[in-house]
Amino acid sequence: MDAFDILLTASFWVAAIRIASPLIFATMGELICERAGVLNLGIEGIMTVGAFAGWFTVYAGGDLWMGVVVAALAGATFGLLHATLTVPLGLSQHVVGIGITLLATSLTYFTYRLLLPEVTSPPKIEPFQPLPIPGLSGIPIVGEALFTQTPLTYLAFVAVALTAWVLYRTPLGLAVRAAGENPSAVEAQGISVTGIRMGAVMVGSAMMAIGGAFLTMSAFNSFFFEMVNGRGWICIALVVFGSWRPGKALIGAILFAAFDAYQVRLQQITGGVVPYQIFLMMPYALSILALILVARRATYPKALMIPYQKGER
Amino acid sequence: MRLEPKPAPSILVTLLYPVAAVVLTLAITSLLVLAAGASPLSVFYLVWKGAAGSQFALMETLTRATPLILTGLAVAVAFRAKLWNIGAEAQLYIGGVVTVVLGTGALPLPSFLLIPVIMVAAMAAGALLLLGPAILKTRFGVDEVVTTLLLNFIVLLFVSMLLEGVLKDPMGLGWPQSSRVVAEAQLPRIIQGRRLHYGFVIAIASAVIIWIIMKKTALGYEMRAVGHNPQASSFAGIPVNRVLMKTALLSGGIAALAGFCEVAGLKGNLTLDLSPGYGYTGIVVAMLAMLNPIGVVASAIFVAGIFVGADAMSRSAGVPSYIADVMVATALLTMVVAILFTRYRLRWK
Repeated sequence: MDAFDILLTASFWVAAIRIASPLIFATMGELICERAGVLNLGIEGIMTVGAFAGWFTVYAGGDLWMGVVVAALAGATFGLLHATLTVPLGLSQHVVGIGITLLATSLTYFTYRLLLPEVTSPPKIEPFQPLPIPGLSGIPIVGEALFTQTPLTYLAFVAVALTAWVLYRTPLGLAVRAAGENPSAVEAQGISVTGIRMGAVMVGSAMMAIGGAFLTMSAFNSFFFEMVNGRGWICIALVVFGSWRPGKALIGAILFAAFDAYQVRLQQITGGVVPYQIFLMMPYALSILALILVARRATYPKALMIPYQKGER
Repeated sequence: MRLEPKPAPSILVTLLYPVAAVVLTLAITSLLVLAAGASPLSVFYLVWKGAAGSQFALMETLTRATPLILTGLAVAVAFRAKLWNIGAEAQLYIGGVVTVVLGTGALPLPSFLLIPVIMVAAMAAGALLLLGPAILKTRFGVDEVVTTLLLNFIVLLFVSMLLEGVLKDPMGLGWPQSSRVVAEAQLPRIIQGRRLHYGFVIAIASAVIIWIIMKKTALGYEMRAVGHNPQASSFAGIPVNRVLMKTALLSGGIAALAGFCEVAGLKGNLTLDLSPGYGYTGIVVAMLAMLNPIGVVASAIFVAGIFVGADAMSRSAGVPSYIADVMVATALLTMVVAILFTRYRLRWK
């Protein structure tokens, strides 16, 4: 098969959308946090927690959707810890974020070893199955790519629409955006900046955790160590690439995933002439490149990473 | 609830805050030990015994502390100037790569020349690796946290590629590992029959040198000023970007030295498990030391003790050794809170 023909196959685009799904959840989560003025570097660890919590709920006999809810709650809990330290206490968002990632990851591994001491190979669950949407899934390529996915992928697209609607069409969204741009103005309206920011970090963290859960409950069917593998950091780059806008970030995530799916197929075509590590490096290198390309015209939320104290200017 | 500044406490009281953070960490992790069905006191005693209960244990702890002192210093230097280097892991690996490239027979030099040459080359490689993100930060405004984090993954894949390609040991039975460094490139052991090597001395010396740079030189002063307030520093005539570059070179160089010490002093060759996250743990080491270079030595030994002790404890008490990682991460968070309360008090109103 020719390197270009790949782009015209439905299976390629189905894979691209599948690879994009966890990134879409986590990117929306990070976007919500940053829009409220908080950089959440706990993302990598929170995705790990979500991957484990969702998977374990199902492994222990729970329903798949219950797994999603448990993952979201676990994510929100770490979000609450992050928010408590960075919002009212105003601690460095860099240091706390890395700390949350280290804590969430190590707690997950500890819990895994504690709950499953004997297992040698990771136990499997029955994951979400593809649910073709009647009619729409018949459209060649586009329909197949978008409408033969698992319910969790559909939820990812719903999450983008919901994030965009709340941010741009509701008073709550206005307050969130203002908390990240001009917190004093929010306080002047009698709304608590602390409350808005903490809420945003908790909701955002819950979405990151669902993104992690997608890995163990839809893309794969078991939990293994280091499975998040830098996806969280890539999502942070995607937020910048998407100029903090849900729609643009969605396009970024899909483009990125398409590239990732493409490099896997290219790897098969080149048949070992080029070392496989070169292909595996590409997603990370691409993220750095994307950051460089948009950096000059990136308009960060003005109060991003700046702690807010009532009555101070 | 609001934070109110308070006068700086005395040095003695300042030293109490890390102690309080450690006590809080032990209290929190006790809950996990209880969840594992063990008694916290006996588990912590076993950790202590495993880390410092014998000469052998103590030597192991100091051996493990060696790379942590160096990555801790790398982070402390960078964070002092608010250059968020989360890439010490990658810089460490690059140091290891240079060590095996030059140390496996490429340079026919006697030991007293070969070791310094490799050290300088390794440091240069690590320094250049961090210079990239530093230039992207100062020239393009790209956040260095994300670039250094992503570089960790890229460099590890690069090392994997080398170990399956040009650096692969022909006698390695197909394992992805490099050849062993020649005898002239090896750092000798401090005590015969123990694993502690002269890398530990290099680490201590580095801490002293960094302390002198930070406290006694203009560069150290400029780094602290830039970290404290870049706008004011710039206004006062400090070339902020150039100071950040120098910081990056220094930080990346020290982190690479950790890779050199691990390969030339301990492992003898380069593998993909050279570092179990020393670069990330270095962040905790630096924060526990409140970014003080001499404090880094103490906190690195403490953190190394937790890891060495937890390994020993895990074998006998059945609590997963990941408890060590949880303790270290918890200590980081309790420490930043403790530091906050050295300067502020909470007012409820």
